[in-house]
Amino acid sequence: MDKPKIRKGMLSSIIPGLSSLSQRGLAGWLVVLGLIIVASIVTMTAISPWVAPYNPSTINVGPPLMSPNSQFLFGTNDLGQDVFSRVLSGGGIMLEVSILSVIICLLIGVPLGLFSSYAGGLVDRFFCLIMDSIYAFPGLVLAIAIAAMLGRGVTNMALSIAVVYVPSYFRVIRSQVLSIKEMPYVEAANAAGAKGRTVLSRYIFPNVVPSIVVVATVNFADAILTAAGLTFIGLGVSADIPDWGWDLTNGRRLLSSGTWWVITYPGLMIILLALGFTLMGEGLSEMANPRLRE
Amino acid sequence: MTLRTYVISRILLTLPMIFILLTMVFLVIRVLPGDPVLLHFEKQENPEAMEDMRHRLGLDKPLWIQYFDYLAGLFRGNLGESMEDYSSVGQQIFSAFPATLELAIFSMVVAVSIGIFLGVEASKGYGKTRDNVIRVFGIVTYAIPVFFLGMAFQMIFGLGLHWLPVGLRLHPTLDVPAGLNIGGIHFSTGLYTFDSLLEGNIYKFVASLRYLALPSLTLGLVLSGVFIRLTRSNMFETLRLDYVTAARARGLSENAVTYGYAFRNAFLPVLTMMGLQFATLLGGAILTETTFSWPGLGRYIVDRISFRDYTAIQGAVVVFGIFVSFVSLGVDLLYAYLDPRIRL
Repeated sequence: MDKPKIRKGMLSSIIPGLSSLSQRGLAGWLVVLGLIIVASIVTMTAISPWVAPYNPSTINVGPPLMSPNSQFLFGTNDLGQDVFSRVLSGGGIMLEVSILSVIICLLIGVPLGLFSSYAGGLVDRFFCLIMDSIYAFPGLVLAIAIAAMLGRGVTNMALSIAVVYVPSYFRVIRSQVLSIKEMPYVEAANAAGAKGRTVLSRYIFPNVVPSIVVVATVNFADAILTAAGLTFIGLGVSADIPDWGWDLTNGRRLLSSGTWWVITYPGLMIILLALGFTLMGEGLSEMANPRLRE
Repeated sequence: MTLRTYVISRILLTLPMIFILLTMVFLVIRVLPGDPVLLHFEKQENPEAMEDMRHRLGLDKPLWIQYFDYLAGLFRGNLGESMEDYSSVGQQIFSAFPATLELAIFSMVVAVSIGIFLGVEASKGYGKTRDNVIRVFGIVTYAIPVFFLGMAFQMIFGLGLHWLPVGLRLHPTLDVPAGLNIGGIHFSTGLYTFDSLLEGNIYKFVASLRYLALPSLTLGLVLSGVFIRLTRSNMFETLRLDYVTAARARGLSENAVTYGYAFRNAFLPVLTMMGLQFATLLGGAILTETTFSWPGLGRYIVDRISFRDYTAIQGAVVVFGIFVSFVSLGVDLLYAYLDPRIRL
């Protein structure tokens, strides 16, 4: 009965910028700007096989280390690969890894947060202690250790990143549930004899969704930067597949020769992608917590 | 609660955290891969050498005995032996640690200074252009990979303008600052800036500052966004409190009101954030050290990864974790000392 109502409220709190942008002010614009950036990069990466002037992995398509010119827009790297083509297609791995890690975080962090805070007591204490311990640990150090042990590959990278960020999801959801659980309508549901599972999924969960969306969006930026970091210290996927992170690692050796174009363009792409998600996250969190808006 | 009870309970709370942390590291490095020795010998062509190493490092014992050996070893300050040459991991970490500490301290100073200054500036013109520009600055610095910023600085200030050195802690021809040497008693911290002051060598002091400049600016800038945001929102609230208005009414200068009155109260959350961000800072330090060939703990980990030296990686990760726990303990205690409300 009341389900459609919740759905509607939920939707409008997730994508309000699209329908009532003008009323949302700056926050709405931030979300839309972020969305445009992210969507353009995803599209660019997806269509790159058809639009890239050269095969990004083929070596010696031109002379090595040529500065940007009309034939090679962004120049070539030390292997004679076309930097422009590599920029077009190099986002693939980073996007795959970050999407997968966010999904893993959602699958583990959300149910765990819901369950732990609803159960309360010793169970809650136990999970909190574990999550706080992971949270207190230097994230990248932990991700590096796990990635080093698991070995290369998209899934392994995503897993090592996910372990680091699950506590962020857990904490946000837990604190939300703690306050929602005390609301009169939840009490009413409990009093009416609803099962714990029903209360969690039908009454509490829909109200946590906006927060989940905010955490996941912000986390995308973190995941991308962590993935880039892992690649930078040599724990990336493979040197054969074009990847911005790998291009930066490779370009570091060439810095002293003054070949700025090898790292500048892929570096700017990573910034742009992370920025897109950060802007979206910034706008969404401002909408989810109107109190912060003065 | 008195300050003493708070200190004791906070210390007691740290112990289970450290225990979980150590267990986590053990799970990740020893249990997760199955057999680290198999991983170390990538080609596995020499079974005898592998068996030898397993025996030497105690990896042939049952897992739970390994676990207790590991905890007992750590308790005695023993971080194990390197898989590469059985040298003491603890000693290697001990010699690399000061470099990371020095970088961390200077980066934190950079991050907090930039954060406070820009945060205060933004809060003065809340919602105006100045505020928005600073906000954008905060968001953009957050999105920059720290190693890319480092390389950009190397290109611009090092290789382009030749203003600052782009790697290492000190020029190879210079001796390491000796620290204090009085009547045969030797004291040094391993922090080059501090040691060169103890030695009384201003030239080395300036030199080590110059080597520190780009790495700590890189790491500090990336971290500053969080502090900008925090200072801005806190200052915005504090500046509207009555006691600040009262200070203004007495005719104090705007700077005296902002920094002498309002900021004192807005600083406590910044202190907490310093503790929380310390973990992030150390993560960034690994990448910064790699970018600037800075011979610290992060560089050590990355180096050991390429040798598949899992015992050394384990030791370094443990030290990182314990270091963070102690820093956050220290920050919390300092907070309790500064703000009596926490002890209530």
